[in-house]
Amino acid sequence: MLKIENLTVSYGGIEALKGIDLEVPEGSIVTLIGANGAGKSTTLRTIMGLVKCKSGKITYKGEDITGAPSPSIVAKGITLVPEGRRVFPDLTVLENLKIGAYLRNDHAQIKKDLEWVYELFPRLKERSWQLAGTLSGGEQQMLAVGRALMSRPKIMMMDEPSLGLAPLIVKSIFSIIQEINKNGVTILLIEQNANMALRIADWGYVLETGKIVLAGKGQDLLQNEDVKSAYLGKKKEKKD
Amino acid sequence: MSSSFLQHLVNGISLGSLYALVAIGYTMVYGILRLINFAHGDIFMMGTYFAFFGIMTFHLPWPLAFIVAIIATALLGMLIERAAYKPLRDAPKNSLLISAIGVSFLLENLAIYVFSGKPKAFPNIPLFADTLGVAGVKIQFISFFIPTVTLIFLAILLYVINHTKLGMAMRAVSKDYETAMVMGIDTNRIISITFVIGSTLAAVGAIMWGIRYTQIQPMMGVMPGLKCFVAAVVGGIGNIKGAVVGGFILGLGEVLLIAALPNMTGYRDAFAFILLILILLFRPTGILGEKITEKV
Repeated sequence: MLKIENLTVSYGGIEALKGIDLEVPEGSIVTLIGANGAGKSTTLRTIMGLVKCKSGKITYKGEDITGAPSPSIVAKGITLVPEGRRVFPDLTVLENLKIGAYLRNDHAQIKKDLEWVYELFPRLKERSWQLAGTLSGGEQQMLAVGRALMSRPKIMMMDEPSLGLAPLIVKSIFSIIQEINKNGVTILLIEQNANMALRIADWGYVLETGKIVLAGKGQDLLQNEDVKSAYLGKKKEKKD
Repeated sequence: MSSSFLQHLVNGISLGSLYALVAIGYTMVYGILRLINFAHGDIFMMGTYFAFFGIMTFHLPWPLAFIVAIIATALLGMLIERAAYKPLRDAPKNSLLISAIGVSFLLENLAIYVFSGKPKAFPNIPLFADTLGVAGVKIQFISFFIPTVTLIFLAILLYVINHTKLGMAMRAVSKDYETAMVMGIDTNRIISITFVIGSTLAAVGAIMWGIRYTQIQPMMGVMPGLKCFVAAVVGGIGNIKGAVVGGFILGLGEVLLIAALPNMTGYRDAFAFILLILILLFRPTGILGEKITEKV
């Protein structure tokens, strides 16, 4: 569905991505794990049209979307839940959700989707008139996800949804990601919380300083010794 | 005594209304681009000239001339943004500021060159010069017209900002440019519209200024421009209601101060800047301003 070929991005001489290849099949959950500065966010931002790439190609459903402006990317059905949630603090919860549907004009369907988002996150319905800035971190993350869903995405990219949230809330966010995926939305998930991400992912990529060093099924990567020691906080078992 | 106070009050309110209209343009552009658009006062000046030429050179009936002048000024504002600010979108904010100052000088000198530096008399429109007697004071019709028009435009503006999809997009862009793009908002279009709205209000203010004070000249935008910038800062820059409050404080303050202390007339313009210094010292975020949290 989404395919990245040999993508290179540099910020003023520093190469953030050194030619990565990545594929997200329709209906799947794909995760990209890696440490700070590995280039995870850059990958998503380049797909979204926020960062220009130096070389490489991004195709969506066979169509070349490399370097297309963000609004046209959103219109095609790609959405991003940005790092740090980035809800609009001065807008109400309802306005934040409405702005997610900015490019749509099918009012009846927007209303239905709003109901669906409220069903997924009942807390948002209770607080629909509150300013988004007054929500807690977990609620803001829910709002950011709900806002992204309002654009009726075919593929939802998420940049560290677990960042700074309590473990219990992280758990519920991840189970909602799975539910959204069951509703037919393809997911590309970026995480430092590799354990959680790999557990729900069909396929995982490990990114290290701008290069993909490992790829495999989520379950397989969970068992991989290198991944374990580098990202899952487990020591390599010594083989005697 | 009380009748002359009424006269001053009416004058102060109409001057305050004019300041408010122009200050809104400063505050809206600042809100969305973090730019103090120093060319705004000169856009205001161009507005009066457009109306002047509409009536005097093209012999349009005045209502039509005013509408044409407002549209022309709005387009000028949009054009300036496209030509002088849009290419600098990713440049440091200082470059943008310098570009704005450049546009300001360009418009002033262009006006001197094309329209001549000699002051011109704004055409007299009998309807506005009529006087009404209120509580024994004769007051020009224009003095009632200015605040009324201001309130109408203000109501429309606040409605658009707070209750329409466009307004929601404008608020989103001014708060978080990049996330607004991720929502699919065409941020360049929203910025263009912001300049159109700001310039429209400046033109409305400019035309009423022409009717009220009758003399127009190429440097006429400088002092009102600076004062309206002060008004925007006093009210809390980035905040539309703040710009209106600031405009009225400045207009009323200026007129009433001179009325109370007639021998201070020469310091009329100083009032605005003393107020600016006081605000910056004691309440830098302005009266209705929020705490500034710089994005990192």
